Amino acid sequence: MRNIACHAAKLRDPRFYQIAVLGLLLCYGIVVLDFGVRWQNALAILAAAQITQFLGTRAAGLGRFDPMSALITSMSLTLLLRTDVIAFAVLAAVIAIGSKFLIRIRGKHVFNPANAALVSLMLISDKAWVSSGQWGSAAIGALALACLGFLVLTRAKRSETTIAFLTTYAFLLVGRALWLDDPLTIPMHQLQNGALLIFAFFMISDPKTSPDARVGRLLYGIVVASIAYTIQFVFYEPNGPILALIMSAPLVPLIDALLQGQVYRWKQPAGNPVAQTKGVF
Amino acid sequence: MRIFITVAVVALTVAISTTAQAFCGFYVARADTSLFNRASQVVLVRDEDRTVITMANDFQGEVEDFAVVVPVPTFIERGQINVADRALIEHLDAYTAPRLVEYHDPDPCARYDLRKNSQVSDAALPSAVQESDLAGRSRGVTIEASYTVGEYDILILSARESDGLIRWLKENDYNIPRGAESVVGSYLKQGMRFFVAKVNLAEQSKLGYSYLRPLQVAYESNKFMLPIRLGTLNAKGKQELYVYALTRTGRVETTNYRTVKLPSNTEVPEFIQTEFAGFYRDMFAKQTLQENERAVFLEYAWDMAWCDPCAADPMSQDELRRLGVFWTGDGSNGRIAPSQAQNVFVTRLHLRYDRDHFPEDLMFQETGDRQNYQGRYVIRHPYRGKTSCDASQYKTAVRERQEREAQTLANLTGWDIDEIRSKIPGIDGVRSEPGVTPWWKRIWQ
Repeated sequence: MRNIACHAAKLRDPRFYQIAVLGLLLCYGIVVLDFGVRWQNALAILAAAQITQFLGTRAAGLGRFDPMSALITSMSLTLLLRTDVIAFAVLAAVIAIGSKFLIRIRGKHVFNPANAALVSLMLISDKAWVSSGQWGSAAIGALALACLGFLVLTRAKRSETTIAFLTTYAFLLVGRALWLDDPLTIPMHQLQNGALLIFAFFMISDPKTSPDARVGRLLYGIVVASIAYTIQFVFYEPNGPILALIMSAPLVPLIDALLQGQVYRWKQPAGNPVAQTKGVF
Repeated sequence: MRIFITVAVVALTVAISTTAQAFCGFYVARADTSLFNRASQVVLVRDEDRTVITMANDFQGEVEDFAVVVPVPTFIERGQINVADRALIEHLDAYTAPRLVEYHDPDPCARYDLRKNSQVSDAALPSAVQESDLAGRSRGVTIEASYTVGEYDILILSARESDGLIRWLKENDYNIPRGAESVVGSYLKQGMRFFVAKVNLAEQSKLGYSYLRPLQVAYESNKFMLPIRLGTLNAKGKQELYVYALTRTGRVETTNYRTVKLPSNTEVPEFIQTEFAGFYRDMFAKQTLQENERAVFLEYAWDMAWCDPCAADPMSQDELRRLGVFWTGDGSNGRIAPSQAQNVFVTRLHLRYDRDHFPEDLMFQETGDRQNYQGRYVIRHPYRGKTSCDASQYKTAVRERQEREAQTLANLTGWDIDEIRSKIPGIDGVRSEPGVTPWWKRIWQ
């Protein structure tokens, strides 16, 4: 009986669903799209992330080693990061997990780990990049991604950031098309971008790095979308959403200070959160 | 005067060049851009914010009817437009074209040779138009500069409103396709500018060219893109576009469409040697459909310093500079770098597009990927000479290989497998028919 209860408790942890969906996406990317994931990179990222997580857990004096979040970060990095240099793959994992332990305000880490690693590497070197077009724009594929992603979100019960982000971004794109007198097929094409949806459902949605209060999360999604749009369509630089997220992340402690909310804990989705600030990685 | 709005213009036909020998197979043929009708070619030289674009397309018709309205991502001045030598693009096309290579099986009875040679290595693997000036100003269109470059009269237009520009173009006998106004308006709001190039017949006859040479524009803008929307307006059906990107860092890919590598390094039946053009056309068509007609295909990505096998020699430093590669050795100080270019990575992209499947302009990014890739197809000729030993094992292996090649070809092109099999010459008069040959026959052979 205890075993069953234990499994049931585990299944409440949205990270299981997240791992399953990211795994499916990886398989789809490798088998169907053949979008250039190097297995050496994948292994290097996986190993380096777990080692860093282990060392970080010990250094921070946390009792239990929890491999789940580091695994999710590894999968996100494998999906998004492209590099021919294996050392950069390792570095990405170390930066991602290391940033969780090192850059913290009021007991919360500031940057989404995968996001911090992607941006750091793109700044350090031109040998690392994100292939945002590689998912194609087949409508069915986009829909499937969205649905699967939403599953993850509904388990996490913190979908406001994603909804606010996507709504604002779509609103801005459609507005731009209307202003330019462009056909609506253009914003539709821009929205049917697999990388955009992965960002919206698996990166900006990270409950650990989004504001605690619901209004804060809505506000945060709107801010990230506005900055992403500006980068992409005013400055015409690629990777708008990823850059926008890292630029907006320092706002989260500020929003948290202004708007009271409950700190998110894995395994306690909605309803019964406990405001605990230590040992939550 | 009839005017065509599109990205680029000029007819290109390239003959199959002489056979060249290389480590990575004997080069026999290439699939260059002359295989496809209505093919435009664009060379994008890009480093940081600086871009030099060279445009050529296969304009068919009287040159006096030719004119082109070219959108440019930023304001340009007199002197930023140039005319290039068509041979430059022809050379780049030949150098980057998908290629067919061949190997000859050695005598199977000389085992030493068989082991050594039969492996296919993948690893190596101002005459001005002033009369309309005043009228133009009243439409909100100012001719910023008008001058002649080579055989072209160039008008750099500054316009704020699309309807003014469209009316100006119409009044000046430019045939504007339907829907152009909204696209022009969209581009103007995005800060893009336009220039018009039309042929100056007197200059053209003086220069002695019977064809149109490619136009070049150098500009500085953070937009790494290619405006294709105007070109889709007056197009009948789908068009082919080749983009050759020359960069310092690495491979270029599209950020708003999928960039897909075409199947490569595959073994195909011997008869493809005479049907390479048809094979490549059909394979490209099938791959395009498989990607829902929305993908950009990578045909070549290579460091410009070498090639293997070479479909044509790498481009020289001088040729690259004339294409706009501004970072290679500067000849002005008299110290010219070695004739073969260094630090130039070439990406060849090929897409078949129309308005429905490519609604948005192509946006690019430069990646750090310097892995070499080429469209390379291999034919292997079986050994047909006299053998001094029992070669039955070798012949069985050849038959199996021929069947594999037939299936690969059918998969790649959608051709009928039986027709393919009928074109494959059997070894010793026995055709490969694995579907018919019972498995037990091979046991006691």
